[in-house]
Amino acid sequence: MGEMHVVLRHRDIPDLHDLDVYVAHGGYAQLKRAVTTMQPAEVLDIVKASGLRGRGGAGFPTGLKWSFCPRDVYPKYIVVNNDESEPGTFKDHELTLRNPHQVIEGAALAAYAIGAQAVYIYCRGEFWQEMKVLEAAVARARAAGWLGQRLHGTDYTCEVYVTPGAGAYICGEETALLNSLEGELGQPRLKPPFPAVAGLYARPTVVNNTETLANVPPIVEKGAAWFKAIGTEKSPGTKVFCLSGHVERPGNYEVPLGTPFEDLMALAGGVWKGRALKAIMPAGASSPVTPAAKLAGLPLDWERVAAAGSTLGSASFIVLDETTDMVWVADKTTRFFQHESCGKCSPCREGTYWLKQVYRRLVAGQGTAADVDLIGDIARQIDGKCFCPLGEFALSAPRSTLQLFREDYDRAAAGAAAQNGQAHA
Amino acid sequence: MGTLQTTFPAEIQAAIANYPPGRQASAVLRLLYLAQAAYGHLTPEAIDEVSGILHMDPTQVRGVAGFYTLFLEHPHGGYVVQYCNDLPCALRGADDFLPVVAEKLGCRPGETSADGLFTLECVMCLAACDHAPMMQVNLEYVLDLTPEKLDALVAEWRAKAAANPPRRPPFGFGPPSEMAAPHG
Ligand SMILES: Cc1cc2nc3c(=O)[nH]c(=O)nc-3n(C[C@H](O)[C@H](O)[C@H](O)COP(=O)(O)O)c2cc1C
Ligand code: FES
Repeated sequence: MGEMHVVLRHRDIPDLHDLDVYVAHGGYAQLKRAVTTMQPAEVLDIVKASGLRGRGGAGFPTGLKWSFCPRDVYPKYIVVNNDESEPGTFKDHELTLRNPHQVIEGAALAAYAIGAQAVYIYCRGEFWQEMKVLEAAVARARAAGWLGQRLHGTDYTCEVYVTPGAGAYICGEETALLNSLEGELGQPRLKPPFPAVAGLYARPTVVNNTETLANVPPIVEKGAAWFKAIGTEKSPGTKVFCLSGHVERPGNYEVPLGTPFEDLMALAGGVWKGRALKAIMPAGASSPVTPAAKLAGLPLDWERVAAAGSTLGSASFIVLDETTDMVWVADKTTRFFQHESCGKCSPCREGTYWLKQVYRRLVAGQGTAADVDLIGDIARQIDGKCFCPLGEFALSAPRSTLQLFREDYDRAAAGAAAQNGQAHA
Repeated sequence: MGTLQTTFPAEIQAAIANYPPGRQASAVLRLLYLAQAAYGHLTPEAIDEVSGILHMDPTQVRGVAGFYTLFLEHPHGGYVVQYCNDLPCALRGADDFLPVVAEKLGCRPGETSADGLFTLECVMCLAACDHAPMMQVNLEYVLDLTPEKLDALVAEWRAKAAANPPRRPPFGFGPPSEMAAPHG
């Protein structure tokens, strides 16, 4: 199976970021058609029937999420999650820079479907360039009458605002994002209530990932049946896979869900330097490593990657070749999560700190066999005890590498033993 | 009126207009970026001015400023270089390239060069792992780094700085949007 560009359409259409080009290729026509000829419920039903699932990590059915918003509570909000901070993820970066109008039109269609009149696109603070592009795109679309007050002579209004984060991974978690957007510390909220009931300013709010929403205009245009015919029954459509690490040609590859692992790797030229594959992390730093043996022939969809012991998440494939030291990998991810722990709950805040100390010793050649055992002990203190999933994300790499590549840990500990031996000799 | 309000009066209004009436606290991140641009870094006066404009408790604004990595609480060089050595970039040699960056800028990670021009920081994933080694300089992406590319850039930055001392601080969120209709 090869590439198929439903959201990365700019790869086939030059200058698609330009409003005129986007409109010439059918852009904003679906929003106009929806607002002028369709009921909001019809738009919602198409998206529900398409089986579209969230591309931000959890794979939750998008139409179902929209339908959780109570009907008669106003105002409502659509929030676009453009925080993209999971190590190894860079698809929303490309989408917003190169195909911003499709994201905006998708968000506006979502707004129409749930009865929201305002969209906030929350961008991680480092997306300074992306924010400029998005703001310019919104301004042009608005000036041309595609967005704004009383659209196409109806009484439906849709305003789109770009709003910045300022450097915090946790703000990708939807309730932390909402707190950040309200001017609070970007820490998660207790759920329930879910954002659909009480989100931004305690109003019904749908938070969707950038890529999720970019799928909406083509779905509304071509219909649910078209979309369902791509991908697999439970995971329809395409997915942008971000390939990083030890591949020949790192980058984004959009393929139908269910594409076999080998086909995807072939698009990127395979493992670099002609080396063998050791493992991948299929959903960035927060996912358990999946060893090469489990990847052979694996169709890439949410169900089957989960059955292989990991998670597809946002499909950020960090590729690790045969030379990779898994202790070093887990040290890197541990440092990330320790840095990004928001500090709200102590198992995550303290636990990631202690994990980091252990890994620092191990990679410095000062660790011992007792340190290796300590990793499991610390993990047990974190697991199931955290306020939000970040704490468990931090355990994915340490636990899975320890379980699958114990020899790397033994080597690290033995290195320390040898050094100690020399010191005493 | 404080330095922020005299420097960016229109930008402040435009920033607040992005949010519904009474929800001006939502503009705190935008205003902190502006304050950082006006004051150089987030001094206590900068925090107080932002709190005053948004009718927020200064303690809350201080907390918010401290929570995020892009807010600077100390003076920095004119060019803040945020070099990524997180896992995906490191798999493609980012750790090995770091000493090259440090040498060319004349400062180690966490430090500012003696001429005050560069501050080097090692940061987490910047969502451009397919272009490692990479960095952001005052929030602009610099991708696919090589020693030659870095030499050329450093020369360019030095020349620019000689003609026109780089404005401290390096980044502020640019002129905010006047795009969507202001709320209210
Ligand atoms: C720690 C953490 C970080 C997250 N980061 C992101 C992110 O950067 N982008 C994103 O879209 N979703 C992220 N999510 C998932 C969001 O909470 C939410 O599920 C998602 O935005 C829903 O959109 P979707 O249904 O369209 O996938 C994160 C979740 C957690 C727990
Ligand atoms: S790891 Fe460096 S940009 Fe992602």
